[in-house]
Amino acid sequence: MEGTAVLERVTWRVAKVVAMRDETATARTLALAVSDWPGQVAGQHVDVRLTAPDGYSAVRSYSIASAPSSDGRIEITVERLPNGEVSPYLTQKVAVGDELELRGPIGGWFVWRNDQTEPIQLVAGGSGIVPLMAMIRSRGSAGNGAPFRLLYSVREPETVFYRDELRTLSSQGDSVVITYAYTRVVPNHWPRPAGRIDAPLMATGTWPSTLRPTSYVCGPTSFVEHATDLLIAAGHDREKIRTERFGATGERK
Amino acid sequence: MNASLNYLDGNAAAGELSKVFAVDITSAEGQCGHCGARRRFAEAHLYSHCPGLVARCALCGHVLLRFASVRGRVFLDLRGMTYLKVDAAKQEEAGS
Repeated sequence: MEGTAVLERVTWRVAKVVAMRDETATARTLALAVSDWPGQVAGQHVDVRLTAPDGYSAVRSYSIASAPSSDGRIEITVERLPNGEVSPYLTQKVAVGDELELRGPIGGWFVWRNDQTEPIQLVAGGSGIVPLMAMIRSRGSAGNGAPFRLLYSVREPETVFYRDELRTLSSQGDSVVITYAYTRVVPNHWPRPAGRIDAPLMATGTWPSTLRPTSYVCGPTSFVEHATDLLIAAGHDREKIRTERFGATGERK
Repeated sequence: MNASLNYLDGNAAAGELSKVFAVDITSAEGQCGHCGARRRFAEAHLYSHCPGLVARCALCGHVLLRFASVRGRVFLDLRGMTYLKVDAAKQEEAGS
């Protein structure tokens, strides 16, 4: 059949759900055992394909949350979107033992490699934390001492992903410096009123541009635009800012 | 919803483009055929809410790539770029 050669390049792998845990009221982490998984670099994503009995299929991209490992397992964290086609299934219906179709690892630009030693500035909006968490975990498992900072913007304290792990990380000496920004509801006695990231918070919550950090910004498109503009206004070189936008809805297609 | 912010990065095209390309071209440098900007393809603005994918130059908005996959056939239009520079050595090392 014409076109067969082209389509042979696509490798859909079978991924079995081996564990699940809730991160927030609307987000769930799925641990997947993937057949012939070649390994990934922190920051890469996978495409997940669901096919209905009538043949209709939907593909969505999800960032890998876990550090690279050799056991053929990866974790993705999925935020449930009210009108999503795929995320309600992955966060509410799927069960341990179920199989999904998966393509990846994907993307060679929004990645952090273990041989990078320069200061790293991570900026996350909501579920944009996921690929940045893979970088933080990869740094830890590789024993890389690169200076990492994370500015993490969330709606309210209850929507923070990986809360306990981040708390443990930030309390360790040689670790990741974390600054939270709350856009709707702040914790008790929080010094800053709720609101989106602004220039003063960017100044106190990120590396100064004179350190020439590489920045990774991930989140909804409007968040990424805003945060990137603030970084550039603070003197950061656009060439050193890498972005991954989730679109207006947060569900990448 | 602000329609002008309804785009993704070129990164997001990597899965679909793997149907055609043996290496990841999103980390390749491309030159815009209109304004001459040289940037990584991953930095282009990607519009996916249309039949297929359209990537536009992040600086001038010129269409760099059109991609559609219809019933087993892939249509690819790359005339918006004057070249793509792929770092083949790094690709082998990354294994993706």
